[in-house]
Amino acid sequence: MHLVYPAVLAALLFCTGLYGVLARRNAILVLMSVELMLNAVNLNLVAFDVWLRDELHAGQALTLFTIAIAAAEIGIGLAIVLQVHRNRGTADVDRLRDLRDDAPDAGSDTERADREEKAEAAA
Amino acid sequence: MTGAMTTLAASTAPHGFLSPTGVEIVFLLVGLATLGAAVVTVTTKQLVHAALWLVVALGGLAVEYLLLTAEFIAWVQVLIYVGSVVVLLLFGLMLTKAPIGRSPDADSGNRWAALGVAAAAAAALVWVVVDAFRTTWIGLDGDAPQGTTKVSGEILFRHWVLPFEALSVLLLAALVGAIVLSRKRDKEGER
Repeated sequence: MHLVYPAVLAALLFCTGLYGVLARRNAILVLMSVELMLNAVNLNLVAFDVWLRDELHAGQALTLFTIAIAAAEIGIGLAIVLQVHRNRGTADVDRLRDLRDDAPDAGSDTERADREEKAEAAA
Repeated sequence: MTGAMTTLAASTAPHGFLSPTGVEIVFLLVGLATLGAAVVTVTTKQLVHAALWLVVALGGLAVEYLLLTAEFIAWVQVLIYVGSVVVLLLFGLMLTKAPIGRSPDADSGNRWAALGVAAAAAAALVWVVVDAFRTTWIGLDGDAPQGTTKVSGEILFRHWVLPFEALSVLLLAALVGAIVLSRKRDKEGER
């Protein structure tokens, strides 16, 4: 098999995940896109391991480690998203802008009032 | 003698793209299905459908691992990703009260910028990868098995024992962290 096929597929999957991370609003959909990117890297690791015929099979071992770390990451990430949803009433990454360096303009007051209303509704 | 020479020449001759082997055809078809499922995952407006299309994409990747003779990785992929990660994501969608049906605000306002970034990254990566590995050939039908469970277990517990144990500690830390994060704090006085 040509190495180009898995390498190109991995590159395209990575860019699909990149688009999802940048374009999605729901935090859980962002986590799904991160999973796609990690899987693209795993495909690259497996393909290059099979190509190079490594004695230690470092690619396959690293793939297993990546899968385990991704499982841990998704658990922690979902716990954080649930906590944010419980505190704020939304899992929308566009609305979580407490750390933003706010320019003093109109509109921020209405946003803040809207957010507090949502938080109270959730509590 | 000449027969041996011709078979040797056939096995070392550069492999063309216009005469694909059966494994390559299957890899290409499954890859197209995987890529399509991934694209639907990041573009659909129904949140639960995104998680279900993610199952298709991850299962397709497991088939690709099988085609690359990495048997153990494929089954681990099915067990962990399709079995647990997607279930966790579905639970997360339900617990955050994700709307069933089409949600018009699933994509943020900067999706065109995101599309531009992703397209530029895809063009650059595909160009570099194709330019670098155009003639590289993976010999899948070698003498030694590459990724059977026996080989994976031997290398994992002979050469990679220390990272493996460190990883188990990391998983334990993640478990404790997830429990601490998601615990309700109404009792014992609002710490």
